[in-house]
Amino acid sequence: MINYLGKYLINFLVIVFIQVLILNNLNLGGYINPWLYLLFILILPVEIPDWMLLLIGFLTGLLMDMFLNTIGMHASATVFLAFIRPFLLRFFAPRDGYEPGSLPIPSHFGVGWFLKYVSVTVVAHHIFLFYVEVFNFDTPLLTLWKAIVSSVFTIAFIMVAQMFGATKSSRS
Amino acid sequence: MINFIRFIIRYHFFFLFLLFEVVCFYMLVSYNHHHRETFLNSSNKIAASILTVSGSFTEYFSLKRSNEELARENAYLRAMLPENLRETAAQPLNENERDSVNYIYYPAGVVHNSVNKLQNFITINRGARDGIEPEMGVISARGVVGVVRHVSKNYSTVLSLLNTQVRVSAKLRDSDFFGSIAWDGNSVAHAILSDIPAHASISIGEAVVTSGYSAIFPEGVLLGTIDDFELLPGEGFYRIRVKLSVDFRRLTHVEVIEKITSEERLELEKLTLDD
Repeated sequence: MINYLGKYLINFLVIVFIQVLILNNLNLGGYINPWLYLLFILILPVEIPDWMLLLIGFLTGLLMDMFLNTIGMHASATVFLAFIRPFLLRFFAPRDGYEPGSLPIPSHFGVGWFLKYVSVTVVAHHIFLFYVEVFNFDTPLLTLWKAIVSSVFTIAFIMVAQMFGATKSSRS
Repeated sequence: MINFIRFIIRYHFFFLFLLFEVVCFYMLVSYNHHHRETFLNSSNKIAASILTVSGSFTEYFSLKRSNEELARENAYLRAMLPENLRETAAQPLNENERDSVNYIYYPAGVVHNSVNKLQNFITINRGARDGIEPEMGVISARGVVGVVRHVSKNYSTVLSLLNTQVRVSAKLRDSDFFGSIAWDGNSVAHAILSDIPAHASISIGEAVVTSGYSAIFPEGVLLGTIDDFELLPGEGFYRIRVKLSVDFRRLTHVEVIEKITSEERLELEKLTLDD
């Protein structure tokens, strides 16, 4: 775990900077904003202690909220993401379980596996996030539609970002 | 008791999750419903200085457009010079009357801006040190932009008109019927004007301006033009779609308005309310 620390810290800074300085300024069709920063929570080691996962999710979300003036909104959604991640990882587990030290990234489990894993987690996160954002059920279908469309963009950005990072993070 | 603790430990992941969510929702609700100062917003120093870097790039790319807007505003101001106005016989009633409405405009640059949320904010590079206070109005050369929310030493956050929490008192420029305008969260270029009574005569393309009834904006600042309207069945009020004059996607320079007499007026109004 310790030898990952430096690598994850750099990962974190790069992802947050790309999110805050570039992606938050994109305006795709009015309400679409790709949330690339979820990638950081998604690629944490499989064996990370669950309390640490929740804490990292909380702090990452809170940092995003700080930049977006939406205190608590992203934090609640990333905590939700951190909560469902272990269950989904168990669901998508290979037949003989996870080897010690494996990371949920394409170079360990393949692009197809990663796409499945990212799609389910991101869609769940976005649905949670968008309902928290509107904070009512007046227009449930419109909110759902916005969440799904935004998820497609987030998933696309995450897959592209992983392709750039894939050569560096080969299995050690 | 032992069993209870064992139960908590067994499901600690779930309880920890609940605890975090409770904290998040507490922050979400308390931040949105009370105007409480908190350092966790983009007017804090670290976040603002990072956003300044990205803001300076955006500013460079929109230089041509801001030049055009400044030139247009120059022309407008020049037209208002005393020698360009026709002499009228009517004198102001007295000196006080003329001084009673007095606005100060502070120019400011946009450091950060969002348009794709339901609660959109603008961060500007002027703060308490430059005389900015919460609840001041913010306009651009094209019209109303928003209302100042939080102020730090060097930066302020502004509730954009594209924020479902903002409501501005507005009127029809030609007929003086007044209502209030708010964003419905759908289109970046439109807001909804409500409370205009059914007997008002309105037409598409008519200008909507601030009413001056609130102490935040002077009277007659442009909000937009009427794009579409419908009479709400059984309510006696129009629901008017207003095309906003400000393009919030390209906002680089704004002005913050301080109304000098507004405190006196607020005190007076407070007295009346207390009675």
